[in-house]
Amino acid sequence: MSAVPENEGMNFVGQGSTWRRVLSPTGNTGDAVFRVLMFGVALLMVAIVVSMVVALTVDSMPSIRQFGFNFLKSQRWDPIKGEFGALPFIYGTVASSLIALLISVPFSLGIAIFLVEQAPHYIARPVGFLVELLAAIPSVVYGLWGIFVLAPFLRNYIEPALASAFGWLPLFQGSITGIGLLTGGIILAIMVTPIISAVVRDVLTAVPGSQREAALALGATKWEMIRVVLVNGAPGIAGAVILGLGRALGETMAVTMVIGNRAQISLSLFDPSYTIASAIANEFTEATGDLYLSALVELGLILFLVTFVVNGIARVLVWNVTRKTGGVGRAA
Amino acid sequence: MSVSHPGLRQRSLQLLATFCALAILVASAACNSGGGPGGGGNVSLQGAGATFPNPLYQKWLSEYGKLHGNVRIDYQSIGSGGGIKQLKDQTVDFGASDSPMKDEDLKSAPGEILHVPTVLGAVVITYNLSGVNQPLRFSSEVVADIFLGKITKWNDPRIAADNPGVTLPANDITVVHRSDGSGTSAVFTDYLSKVSAEWKEKVGSGTSPSWPVGLGGKGNEGVTGQVKNTPNTIGYVELAYAVQNKLPVAHIKNGGGSFVEPSIDSVTAAAAASAASMPEDLRVSITNATGAQAYPIASYTYILVYKDQKDPVKGKALVDFLWWGIHDGERFAKDLLYAPLPADVVKRAEAKINSITAGGASLRQ
Repeated sequence: MSAVPENEGMNFVGQGSTWRRVLSPTGNTGDAVFRVLMFGVALLMVAIVVSMVVALTVDSMPSIRQFGFNFLKSQRWDPIKGEFGALPFIYGTVASSLIALLISVPFSLGIAIFLVEQAPHYIARPVGFLVELLAAIPSVVYGLWGIFVLAPFLRNYIEPALASAFGWLPLFQGSITGIGLLTGGIILAIMVTPIISAVVRDVLTAVPGSQREAALALGATKWEMIRVVLVNGAPGIAGAVILGLGRALGETMAVTMVIGNRAQISLSLFDPSYTIASAIANEFTEATGDLYLSALVELGLILFLVTFVVNGIARVLVWNVTRKTGGVGRAA
Repeated sequence: MSVSHPGLRQRSLQLLATFCALAILVASAACNSGGGPGGGGNVSLQGAGATFPNPLYQKWLSEYGKLHGNVRIDYQSIGSGGGIKQLKDQTVDFGASDSPMKDEDLKSAPGEILHVPTVLGAVVITYNLSGVNQPLRFSSEVVADIFLGKITKWNDPRIAADNPGVTLPANDITVVHRSDGSGTSAVFTDYLSKVSAEWKEKVGSGTSPSWPVGLGGKGNEGVTGQVKNTPNTIGYVELAYAVQNKLPVAHIKNGGGSFVEPSIDSVTAAAAASAASMPEDLRVSITNATGAQAYPIASYTYILVYKDQKDPVKGKALVDFLWWGIHDGERFAKDLLYAPLPADVVKRAEAKINSITAGGASLRQ
């Protein structure tokens, strides 16, 4: 992606001297206006993020003062008695997103590899289009589908099978209702798959064909060639996964409808759980009292921080991976 | 240079034009927000609050708008909590709430707030139990213990005792409750707190209680969806919602000891039973009502207004609208599955509307 403007620049310089002036910092007024405008837009983004953090912090001060660090440790959420603890929500948010990634990453990689490396054009086009269409479905529709189709399917077939095969694990014990952490994770997985697979597809497409030819020329099988392509695309693939993770962490509506909305930490994937975004969406409209509102705002602040930390960890991981495979060079 | 490259000049002109257009847009938006209601005898009122009476209020607004073309009223159904907050912040002309405001909320408001009851709603118990065709009957302690997680099987002897002749399955009960903060939950937990000391002490009443057991569904539709789709569940939804969707509903034992089917008439009966003992400020809970026909899980929904109106023109429009609502407006209630106010309560509400003033002067007539 970043290589494109450079190429264009080269062409323009070749075309005439005026274009050089347009691109140079000392160009005409239009150039100056454009630069100022773009700088303003970029600055505005930073300002919005900063002002959000400031506003969230200011509004959550009553709750921070009242509960302090206990807010992060406490498992009790009882608005009537004025006790607020965020741990079950943090757990639910992270756990449901992890389940989503565990399921969706292999699927997304498979879809992308198939579309780029294996499928003939007349299949790749429509399949790619359908996958991208999934990303355009409103999340409330996913939620309704979750309640009416996915939950009964899980309750009648998948969860009993899991319980009988892996029932000795605490992960698969407890009562089977079709509503719970596992269902929330699966809905999320379906929602992030199109995002991850679309980006991975673009990444794989951007890997130079010469890499494939070189691998094949050295006697690699198709699978070995694909591995070379994957290694080349690793940073981009990781970026795609981070993008999907961000979507999963913040998703509200669909998860709310199938996760069971219960502020508890349970080892079982069948038990109901609760995410931060769901809690805010559920309770904000009817929240009366300053402390209650403030606690909800602090939940928002925590979601912000969780997203930050998770993204940070993901980037460090990516950095580690790219450093190890660094010699191969980047895709795109 | 511009002569030799007209395209470039055109582009910067376009850019400039876009910029100007943006600036004009921003400026005009600022003007609008600062302008407020214009003159010419037109009045614009803003209201916000409870979602439960929203369909009725929207009907009221459109009907009232036909009669009074110069009055424009908007109602945003953002939830009772939000309505109370906006009324206290004085960003709306009236608020609406499913449960009466708390004392501390009233005290911290910048002026005296009146409660004008408009209609009644009820909460019904719905369930998914295959093989049971007649409506189930529950006594109040049984309802409380199911939602406390103390009764866990459908064939519990205490449920069986209320339902002689019904074959109950030996399955686990799955409780479904509202996950979003809701007046429906407030009414239901108010009822449970009245009939069960243990509920009152452990959970209490409010819009977002900490439920001892169960799954949370978002909205009436979320609870209904989970109950309909999951065998052996029990949940609670608004009466109107249950009637529209033809859900099985339980008959509940009221404070007088009779099992009552939830219906518009039995809800109005519950209100009538307590009308005489209504406190002066009309803030009252009518759950667990006595009276042979009174359904026990019901409540008023209120419009909240300041007693002293700052703007006499707007105040007058508001008073006229409220007066119309509790008289002419009541006839739209039944069609939309709300229970109209009993006649005694209309009289009490009239007195409240009559007491609204602007600068000390009454606003009626």
